[in-house]
Amino acid sequence: MFKAGLEPKLNIIKRYFVSCTQFYLREKTVPKVTIYDTPMLDELENGEWPSFITSFKRLRDDHPDERINSMVGGLLGQLEHSYETRMGWWKGGTVSVFGYGGGIIPRFSEVAEHFPESKEFHTVRIQPPAGNFYTADILEQLADDWEVHGSGLQTFHGQTGNIMFIGSTTEQMQPFFDKLNSYGFDLGGAGPCVRTAMACVGAARCEHSCTNEQGMMRHLVNEFQDDLHRPALPYKWKIKVSGCPNDCTNAIERADMAVIGIWRDEMKVDQEEVKAFVADKGRDYVIDNVTDRCPTNAIKLADDNTLVVNNKECVRCMHCINVMTKALAPGDDTGVTVLIGGKRTLKIGDMMGTVVAPFLKVDTMEEIEYLVELTGEMIDFFAENALEHERTGEMIERIGLVNYLEGIGLDLDPNMVSEPRQCSYVRMDGWDEEVKKWYDKKAEAATA
Amino acid sequence: MAADRPQMPIESGAPDGFQYMHPTMRRNFGLWKYHERPRPGVLKHVAHSGDEIYTIRVGTARILDVYTLREITRIANELGDGFIRFTIRSNLEYMVDSEAKVAPMIEAIEKAGLIVGGTGPTITAPSHTQGWLHCDIPGSDASGVVKSMMDELVTEFKREEMPNRVHITTSCCQINCGGQGDIAINIQHTKPPKIAHDLVANACERPTIVARCPVAAIRPAMVEGKPTLEVDEKKCICCGACYPPCPPMLINDAVHTTLAIWVGGNHSNARGKPTFQKLVAAGIPNNPPRWPEATALVKRILKVYKEDAKDWERMNDWIERIGWFGFFEKTGLPFTKFHIDDWRGARNSLNASTHIHF
Repeated sequence: MFKAGLEPKLNIIKRYFVSCTQFYLREKTVPKVTIYDTPMLDELENGEWPSFITSFKRLRDDHPDERINSMVGGLLGQLEHSYETRMGWWKGGTVSVFGYGGGIIPRFSEVAEHFPESKEFHTVRIQPPAGNFYTADILEQLADDWEVHGSGLQTFHGQTGNIMFIGSTTEQMQPFFDKLNSYGFDLGGAGPCVRTAMACVGAARCEHSCTNEQGMMRHLVNEFQDDLHRPALPYKWKIKVSGCPNDCTNAIERADMAVIGIWRDEMKVDQEEVKAFVADKGRDYVIDNVTDRCPTNAIKLADDNTLVVNNKECVRCMHCINVMTKALAPGDDTGVTVLIGGKRTLKIGDMMGTVVAPFLKVDTMEEIEYLVELTGEMIDFFAENALEHERTGEMIERIGLVNYLEGIGLDLDPNMVSEPRQCSYVRMDGWDEEVKKWYDKKAEAATA
Repeated sequence: MAADRPQMPIESGAPDGFQYMHPTMRRNFGLWKYHERPRPGVLKHVAHSGDEIYTIRVGTARILDVYTLREITRIANELGDGFIRFTIRSNLEYMVDSEAKVAPMIEAIEKAGLIVGGTGPTITAPSHTQGWLHCDIPGSDASGVVKSMMDELVTEFKREEMPNRVHITTSCCQINCGGQGDIAINIQHTKPPKIAHDLVANACERPTIVARCPVAAIRPAMVEGKPTLEVDEKKCICCGACYPPCPPMLINDAVHTTLAIWVGGNHSNARGKPTFQKLVAAGIPNNPPRWPEATALVKRILKVYKEDAKDWERMNDWIERIGWFGFFEKTGLPFTKFHIDDWRGARNSLNASTHIHF
């Protein structure tokens, strides 16, 4: 009895010793990589939102490639150092690929003596497919190639819109780029140049779409790849295309050139769907949330629960269409509004883009080519007239919108201003000639 | 030898999105009729043809390791139709052509530790910058700020319970690459740069730095026989614009680089014209690893907005209705002399009327 009971216990003890030995040996043989203490970063592994620190540790601890283990290990060490010192420890430099001048964000560590594994940690900017569409397979291919040449870390996408492959050394830049370039991807913009462009999801999935956003974006940016890859402008030039005035790419706020889909005929109203919406939500809801929110009081709910729209006074703000997606839709005579000069704070403060072309048709190749040529004019004018490190919005602030419009050959339109001049201190000899120009343009338009 | 030369790049530019697009979306390009949101995190778009496409929106850590990315693509290939896109706020979107695929995908997505949500009136994924992780001029770490904040706001990402959508952004310097947002958490420097005089001559093109200063506070100088720059500290607005082109102009400071909160930025033309965000709070400690003070303030503002704003009012619409007096009263935030703009065009921001809130 006694012996029979002892044997299993001995077996348990034996297994315990074997597993302890294995664990001990594992600890001794596996970590060829320096594991830096990261008590502060460890705190960011708590909580429900996905943790980037957990992601990094997975690469450091589990990846079969020791190069990736040590590189991401070094990154974790340096990031912890930043958290402790509350300072950044990367500096820039100059790295590119053969034939291009920009597109790679070089990062050299200033604390490389402490974290030598990640002393070079450059980012490759790659232009995404228009509309940010991917198959799972192409994402895997991109990730597979970056795993061979880089850290295994990537972001879809940076604030301008690039795919960012984050973290590798100078010598890996060329082979990685060559691979991606061979299957249709190209380097993004960095520095004073035309930058990577962005388009909303648009016609691919959105009922508000007033133009072919992806096509427009590719026409506009792919024509200027030379100016994108070889930085030679005073500063950056960003293009963003949104398919409707909801402006989901934030183009007006942050693009030098915002191209926004819009329509000029009447918005479409399906009165049966309006009635169904009113029946579902009630008249009060529709009045409070639809008609009362119209910025120009151009829409009202009639007694028979249909909507009456004054299209002449409608400013195409999209609010009512956003609320009643089944009942209301943009019209059929669509085109784009172009706004120029949006930018963030540096140097004279934030600026919105302002209208330079209230409505352009872009249905035919001829019409599209006109917009592409206009873009070329604007980039050339910017290159010739902006001061160093001055964005287009700042240049227009300095020289005035009238000089800009004359420089690129665009006609004046009251839609370009919120209101006309307020101050009488202005020299106005030449008034009669300007009036004549206005009437001549009117007459020309009437006969066209 | 030609073989030794690197290959010339093919300047193909932005690839065509159609080759990576779901066939239902290709087939109905420009022919969509309306959309609905069957549940938070899911969009249902219906085409004039009657075709339907379901989109599942997913919050991620933005910076993806290859394992997470392969888990994402595995879910797309095994349970979905193999098609993925990303919103400009780095939300991941799966597109599938039938409702039956949605629930199993959501289960797999959540099992993988990712979060379904971010549609309609939610707090969607914050747009943010690189920060200490990769930027050369950062005052803070955007990823850490966002991770800490979203841990506490994740319920609002998953539920469509806000008055309208809430876009949060963070930026790690005053250039504000994170962009405009309903709420923006941005670095605010509070002291002029400390100058490493011995390094300026070799590292900086001095006339460029002088020209870069928005308030003409920088001028060339000689220190100990070496050409360098000096800052008129009374004029200096501590913006940090001189630092990127001239790293010896040390603007980042472990103590005096703080965070500020701005509200009411809105990109859309819906209702009013697009708006820029406005300063509401500053002096918030830049406090890694979890920045609790910043998150607490954001939550305080969001709580009042959620209770007080009407349906469809974005942050800026709500404040326009209740007035800035109402905003500072309801949030209990202090109104200081720093809230009154003195930059160019500042007069336009003053109240030249008897429109007074009581």
